[in-house]
Amino acid sequence: MSRVGIVGIGHTVFGRRSDATVQELAFEAWRDALADGDLDPDVIEATVIGSVPEYHKQRSLAGVIQEYLNLNPKPTWLTEVACASGSAAIRTAWLSIKAGVHDVVAVIGCQKMTELETPEILALMGRVGDVQWESGFGTTFPGYYAMFAQRHMHEFGTTAEHLAQVAVKNHYYGARNTKALFQKEITTAKALASDPVASPLTVYDCCANADGAACVILAGESAARKMGGDRVVWLEGNGCATSSMSVLRRPDLTGIPSAREAADQAYRMAGITAGDVKVAEVHDCFTIAEIMAYEDLGFCGKGEGGAFVAEKQSYIGGATPVNVDGGLKAKGHPVGATGVSMACEMVRQLRGEAGEARQVPDADIGLTHNVGGIGQYCFVNVFKKD
Amino acid sequence: MFEWFGKVNFCPHTKVDGFAGHLRAGRLMGSTCTACGHLSFPPRADCPACRHGEFEFTEMSGRGAVMTFTTIAAAPAGFEDEVPFQLGVVDLEEGGRLLASFGDTVDPEKIAIDMPVQVVPRLFEESEDIKVHYTLEIPGTTWVKTDPE
Repeated sequence: MSRVGIVGIGHTVFGRRSDATVQELAFEAWRDALADGDLDPDVIEATVIGSVPEYHKQRSLAGVIQEYLNLNPKPTWLTEVACASGSAAIRTAWLSIKAGVHDVVAVIGCQKMTELETPEILALMGRVGDVQWESGFGTTFPGYYAMFAQRHMHEFGTTAEHLAQVAVKNHYYGARNTKALFQKEITTAKALASDPVASPLTVYDCCANADGAACVILAGESAARKMGGDRVVWLEGNGCATSSMSVLRRPDLTGIPSAREAADQAYRMAGITAGDVKVAEVHDCFTIAEIMAYEDLGFCGKGEGGAFVAEKQSYIGGATPVNVDGGLKAKGHPVGATGVSMACEMVRQLRGEAGEARQVPDADIGLTHNVGGIGQYCFVNVFKKD
Repeated sequence: MFEWFGKVNFCPHTKVDGFAGHLRAGRLMGSTCTACGHLSFPPRADCPACRHGEFEFTEMSGRGAVMTFTTIAAAPAGFEDEVPFQLGVVDLEEGGRLLASFGDTVDPEKIAIDMPVQVVPRLFEESEDIKVHYTLEIPGTTWVKTDPE
């Protein structure tokens, strides 16, 4: 079957974008992706939009974006799996190319979150648990991850300092990414002294809500070679899995079962193992989530995630550099855009275009790990450069 | 009746509607599949094991142990007047799990994983509407069982 390659990437600045509508954000990423690939819009056969509808006043977002991109009557559709909506869009684009239905598809992840107030967002996100049995007790999204962190600390001796070190690393790289929301380094002491959100998590353990969009253009093998030449980055492994919606039905609360399953699928499809990954983007919606990701993806053993970051194994120069664009933590997390943003960074890294401050040397195999909700969904993609 | 359940209720209609009435009467109920005997907590109408669609309510002891917990400092909408409050996930003695807030008998400083707790049915006394929930309390905590019907 035909390989699928990425022939263009585009990415807006992430942050509070009170200057733009969501379709205007989508357009910025789309225009950049066409320019990046030196592509004519006529080659695009369809678009897939990754976004979470609840944040927007506009109903049925795919339609308003398709019109604004001036792409009618070409097909478009929306994918939604909470914070992994962008990776679901990539998967359906990839499937449509693999199936031979389309040859060139644009994927746009986009989200405008800052129209809602923080308590509204906390309540909305808290409802990613089971609304029948959990939300009525005042659950929040950080509250769920806090309960994972508490359990991880109990079983493996993970500490608040370990958590803070994830934030310190991601801010270090965010300070070197011109598209990031927080382009500022922080210290462990500052992170530890920040206000509590849901114990043991404090403000600096949590990623920030943001507005933004990202675009990748996918093409079947021969079209990709024609359009992209040597710059094509290939999507060689695509894993996708689920875990129970409710934490009440999880086997344990120290990892994400869907991440382990999706990683297995992606590694198998790409014919690699965790040790082959030269650079990774993982879903650090909270610092504990990055520590669990190291373990779920096999970058270190179970329970060793805290030591992995403390020993700087996830910095450039360590065993597996992780989130060297700042991650969700420092780059910001416009939920629908995140999975596509991760793919953009992987393409930059594998092309060798990430810039001196955060280019991983000899990066030829990269991985993205995009979690929806509290692990109900996980998508793991493996990228290669010939 | 399920609209009685929770300080904020997002889900008033369900096939396990009777749960809230039992809770009001002081009983914490799981469900048992009438075909295969599978016990579920939280209760569910449709058996996850054999897909049978009939069940009976089964009273749970409410005894369990804390699996994990957190103190919520940043409140979701509707809970601004409650923070900080403690939430726990509890493994129940008979099987199944629940999530609830800790009640007045528990010192927040002393909450720990594996700590034994008693799940206690509660009415929100200050509410004019009927509102029921359950809290996590120290073992041996008693409560008034009433049967309003």
